[in-house]
Amino acid sequence: MVDSNVVIYGQTLAYTFYCIIIILVMAWFAYMVTKSGEGTFVKPKIFYTFVGFLTVLGVSLHIITYNTIPWAELDLNRANYTPDKTFVITVQDHKFTLPTDKMIVNVNDKVLFDVQSKDLTYGFGLFRNDNSMMFQMQVVPGHRNDILWQFTKPGIYTIRSTEYSGPKGVFMIEKDVVEVVDPNGAAK
Amino acid sequence: MSFIKTLINGEEGLFKGDTLTQMQKLALRFVVVGLVFYAIVVVEGMIMRVFEVQAISLFSQEQFFAIMTAHPLVGIFGSTYLIVFGAFLFLVPFLMKKPLWSIKMANWTLVFVTVGTFTFWLAGFLTHYAPLYTLYWPLPADFNQFSVWGGTFFILGIALVMVGTALFIFNTFKTIMYTPEGWEKQPAGALFASAIGISGFKNLFRKEKKDHLVSLPVAAIARGTVDMAFNTAIILFTGVLILIYMLGSLMGFDLKTTAIDALLYKNWFWWGLDLIADGLVLIFVAGTWYLLATLITGKKLFMENIARTALLVELVVSWTVWSHHLLSDQAQPGILKVLSGEMVTALELITQGLAFFITLATLWSARPLKMTNPLKFLLGGLLGFALAVPAGIMQADVGLNRILHNTQWVIGPHVHVAVLVGLTMTLYSAIYFLFPILTNGAKWYSEKLVKIHFWCHLIGGIGMGAFMGMAGLNGMLRRSLYLNGEFNTYMVLAALSGTLLLIGFLAFFFNIVMSVGVKGAIDIFLPAKIKGKNLLPE
Repeated sequence: MVDSNVVIYGQTLAYTFYCIIIILVMAWFAYMVTKSGEGTFVKPKIFYTFVGFLTVLGVSLHIITYNTIPWAELDLNRANYTPDKTFVITVQDHKFTLPTDKMIVNVNDKVLFDVQSKDLTYGFGLFRNDNSMMFQMQVVPGHRNDILWQFTKPGIYTIRSTEYSGPKGVFMIEKDVVEVVDPNGAAK
Repeated sequence: MSFIKTLINGEEGLFKGDTLTQMQKLALRFVVVGLVFYAIVVVEGMIMRVFEVQAISLFSQEQFFAIMTAHPLVGIFGSTYLIVFGAFLFLVPFLMKKPLWSIKMANWTLVFVTVGTFTFWLAGFLTHYAPLYTLYWPLPADFNQFSVWGGTFFILGIALVMVGTALFIFNTFKTIMYTPEGWEKQPAGALFASAIGISGFKNLFRKEKKDHLVSLPVAAIARGTVDMAFNTAIILFTGVLILIYMLGSLMGFDLKTTAIDALLYKNWFWWGLDLIADGLVLIFVAGTWYLLATLITGKKLFMENIARTALLVELVVSWTVWSHHLLSDQAQPGILKVLSGEMVTALELITQGLAFFITLATLWSARPLKMTNPLKFLLGGLLGFALAVPAGIMQADVGLNRILHNTQWVIGPHVHVAVLVGLTMTLYSAIYFLFPILTNGAKWYSEKLVKIHFWCHLIGGIGMGAFMGMAGLNGMLRRSLYLNGEFNTYMVLAALSGTLLLIGFLAFFFNIVMSVGVKGAIDIFLPAKIKGKNLLPE
């Protein structure tokens, strides 16, 4: 499974490229629409081609991501997978209660995080040391909140609540509590 | 004319309050109050931008989140709703070629929305009631964190806004359907059907097409207003529910918050909120683009029938799109995530894309055009949505949402670019267009200030969204604080962009004050000397 920062990198490139193009198109339009010349009606063929393009784009985006972002399929069908490890975490009064044993995961293992809220709606996210996000989910009281994840690289991760639950939620950080190790080598 | 004289009497003394009709004054009052609330939103936004860089001691963290709670609500209801209401209460009678049904009701709308907005803002300011606009259950009823009295007044303020909104909805539909005294009887049912799109839908299956009884912009206003009506009902219901818990607490009863299912509440809340965010905003904006494009060019709208159909599709889409807010809720059924969250949401790319193309094609048909202020801001508004809608479509994806949800990406390139650049620049375009009409030919004090307003707003809005987005892609959450300056580079750049927005607004505000003069601004709020329901002086 690719690391989520590879996906973010691809998305950044794609969206930046799109922004530059659309800003240039609008600048060109603003220049041309005021330039001397004759007003012409846009041919319906161009309009319908544009509609077709948007339709293909809108639908294909999700098909492409479903087939290229590995956790999409893993997430939607997680009930059909058997996790290699399960960690049960509870949250109450703006505090995570973690398993008593340290959460150590082998590279390429599928790990299920099962997070239960006893009071408010919280979030559950795993973050790298540079503060970038590995993944997140919502933690809703009275419901099952579980996420299946496959780690592809060794590393140490911090848990942070990713949903606002009042001003105290800012401090819901458990530093360096998930460790991913490569059983065939040393953890980086 | 000296500076002081201009400040008092307006540019060349052209704006004379006593020449305004009741309807002109009504529209101007809405716009002026809406702009005052916008000023509050800009200042609050800057406070938050600075606080994201450095937690200044002037404000506590509780105050910061109270500001964050009030900020979008003052922006939506106090500013955008009022400016839109003012414009539409003038435009619907103008386009329907008949008087507004009730000027008195319109004035009450202004009173309710203004007092309501001020009430919830003040309640948040004084008591730090801060469950945010998302109100995820049971947070709004968590009285260990928040003052029950503060919350009660906060919810009452929102309820007042909703009452004002309900009056606007009633007045709008009544104006479309009623027969003015002494006029030939108008077909109320057929007008209603045309306005909300039933007759247009039937036309798709008829051999002989019937003419549309209402113009396209009125159809857009009516269809957006349908969403507004549903949303008003939902917010009122939600407010009553929260009030029950608050009153229970005040009377000493501890009502069990578990009686309400948090996920069901979340679905209910987002269904209602998307009637604004993915419904009436997009429908009103598309309608305003069409109106402005035809007024600026004097030409017929390109592909008008398709535009009408797209507005109807957008209305239906807005009822079925909410699940994209719940892609990270693991208990949300997968079918809802894929169908509502991904597929229906993707339709917005098509409907907004069509509106974008149709508006540009209409402008193109009339080239060469003069780069007037309304055209300039209209193009800015179009660019804003062209940037923000694809950003939203990307996050409404099961895979991408896992790493984007609740990050600054959502609130930066999507929400703030859509609202600040897309929506607000469209509203500014309408204001610049309507200004000479509503003021009987008053002149802008300075064209240079208009240019400053335009460029500062455009660059500031896009810049702020971009830097927030970069922070989000690097993991920075929204609705949180980073006390060790983890994302300070992006936040400083976002704050500088926010400063540009502030400068742009100050340029606009100063320009408008100097154009109408202090005397004229006060006169707007005095009773009109010209009685009757005429839109413009005879």
